[in-house]
Amino acid sequence: MDFELLVGILPQVLLDGIILGFMYALIALGYTMVYGVLEFINFAHSEIFIIGAFVGVEIMLGLQSAGLLDALPWPVVLILVLMAGIAASGLVAVTVERVAYRPLRGTPRLIPLISAIGISFFLQDLIRLIESLWRNAFNLVYPTIDALNHRFVLTATIDISVKSLVVIAAALGILWLLHAVVNRTRVGTAIRAVAEDQAAASLMGINVNRIVSLTFLIGGAMGGAAGVLFGVQYGLINPYTGFIPGLKAFTAAVLGGIGNIPGAMLGGLVLGLLEAFAASYLSLLTNGAFGAEYKDIFAFSVLILILIFRPKGLLGEVVRERA
Amino acid sequence: MTHVIRSVLLLSLVLGLALVPATGPLQAQSKGTIKIATQSPLSGGQAALGEGIKLGAQLAVEKFKAGVEKLGYKVELVPYDDQAKPDVGVANARNIIADKDILAVVGHLNSGVAIPSSEVYREVNLAMVSPANTNPTVTDRGYPNIYRVCGRDDVQGVVGSEFAASLKIKSVYIIHDKTTYGQGVAEYFRDDAKKKGLTVLGFEGTEEKSNFDPIITPLRAKNPDLIYFGGIYEQAAPFFKQAREKGVKAKFMGPDGLDSSDLAKIGGKAVVGMYYTSVAGPVTKYPKAKAFAEEFRKKFGKNPEPFSAQAYDAATITLKAMEMAGKSGKKLSREDVSTAVRKVKHSGITGTWEFDDKGDPRSALYFVLQVASDDPQKWGENKEVKRLTIAAPSLKKK
Repeated sequence: MDFELLVGILPQVLLDGIILGFMYALIALGYTMVYGVLEFINFAHSEIFIIGAFVGVEIMLGLQSAGLLDALPWPVVLILVLMAGIAASGLVAVTVERVAYRPLRGTPRLIPLISAIGISFFLQDLIRLIESLWRNAFNLVYPTIDALNHRFVLTATIDISVKSLVVIAAALGILWLLHAVVNRTRVGTAIRAVAEDQAAASLMGINVNRIVSLTFLIGGAMGGAAGVLFGVQYGLINPYTGFIPGLKAFTAAVLGGIGNIPGAMLGGLVLGLLEAFAASYLSLLTNGAFGAEYKDIFAFSVLILILIFRPKGLLGEVVRERA
Repeated sequence: MTHVIRSVLLLSLVLGLALVPATGPLQAQSKGTIKIATQSPLSGGQAALGEGIKLGAQLAVEKFKAGVEKLGYKVELVPYDDQAKPDVGVANARNIIADKDILAVVGHLNSGVAIPSSEVYREVNLAMVSPANTNPTVTDRGYPNIYRVCGRDDVQGVVGSEFAASLKIKSVYIIHDKTTYGQGVAEYFRDDAKKKGLTVLGFEGTEEKSNFDPIITPLRAKNPDLIYFGGIYEQAAPFFKQAREKGVKAKFMGPDGLDSSDLAKIGGKAVVGMYYTSVAGPVTKYPKAKAFAEEFRKKFGKNPEPFSAQAYDAATITLKAMEMAGKSGKKLSREDVSTAVRKVKHSGITGTWEFDDKGDPRSALYFVLQVASDDPQKWGENKEVKRLTIAAPSLKKK
């Protein structure tokens, strides 16, 4: 075995894992917010996430055909696209809650869960229908912005691109913002109150429905931001792209302790690193007997172990509040 | 009362039957409808190629159905969408064999779909003429009803590795998509590359469609001279793009699954200069296909995709077989059509097609091509680097 090679790629694998982890963390925040307040898993979140990516690519293609993509400085383009993705996903999330979840509140837990899975399929095919009518395309390609692709070369085998740094910065920024909103504002207090006890909160004069809508708005908005960044980072999306990252992010949320905001971040990072390690090293360590295709076994095995030995997730018990 | 109704019904039935012979001469001319089915992905990521197959077959049926219609049949094309998924292909195949009017299938695009689906066709001896399936197993099972009008992966892989060796390179890194087709052709490439003295630095399968970082990192550290991707363009294009973005300098290569204008659309500058082997050259490379390409553009408003011309030939061959089998005058059966295909000798627009005893063409063309531009509209102008005519290997006795 080539020991030098194994060590040589380690920093890059770490870096790849961290970037992927932040991506998962961003998506996981949406699951965790909703779960924290309603104790309900919004399985349509992966589609809300990919809607952000689709709106993002449409805006970028629009800018490109208007000749503005290269004319505007890249941070302006990125902020514009992020805003659009955030707005679209947030609105869709609120609508989904209003149409498919609110009428079912108070029913056994399984019922809204099934409704969420239904909505998930519905949204996938809706995106597909709209895109095939609008562009007659299945796969959509994010236009390249050269400045975002610029790589900082650290050594011959280690480098990091501008877009990866953007993902990390955005994830940290959004985490900080979310933390601040939940813990330091009146709205945040209301959200925490509803998470604690809906009935008591409503007796204290909190409009529970409004707070739930707001939670979906925030969760959806973060999904939209994640979708845009996913598109920018990996370049190609189709209506079904959201499913796997959504599932992984959900896993990350559970791993970190679902309903716990720092937990989602930690879970995302752990999962991203695990995946990057398994995918990069499996083939090298087993001399080609197992390849990158088995990476998910490791990630999900760890999840099962965590659930067996620490059912509340990594940070599940440290922070008692659920949102 | 019911008695009255029943007698009236009975009477009208008797009268109706009696009237049939009266219109006899007219009725006898029409022997019913013959349907030719196509199966290819009409939706999803590979729809571009699949749609091209359907339209190619459609053009042929519209153009050449007169011969069969003269025999007293009405000819129709019925397209099925296999979504590039084996389970959907098999379910469609069940529906196809249930429709007694369907006497032949033109399809599929993916070998992984064609192989299980053709097991169903075989039950009723329904002819399948494939325009695009290159996996050896398709014909190596020796079924009497399976044919193809394209080359095979065990030859295509070797054509690729021979060309790779001629590039004066030392090492290759091979990635595949874990499908029957992609992994198959990658293995033929690998085995022959080793024989040619190339160092295989890695051989890895992945179903990943968006994030290729974990594959690119070890690959880049091993610094291969060439990367071979056994698979389909919608997965290969983002991989190549991300590899270039991460500074991988290797030459890129792949089999005919990469042959679609969408590769340039997704991959952009990264895939310019990429080599690919193909069993179907660009339409412009076949002198006889020029008129076909123009007709196709005029009728459908777009350029023919790779395999459109092959589908056109495959459909023409099935029509020809029907004509031959129908000459005897008795009503055509599936059996007749699938036996007749073996006797067809057809000079089509993609070559002269004649089948050996297992359904492979007696000789097939293989190309090595190079992507010329990142403009998808210019996909047809890709440079032909090499062209070979090779006979299908005969079945090895076990």
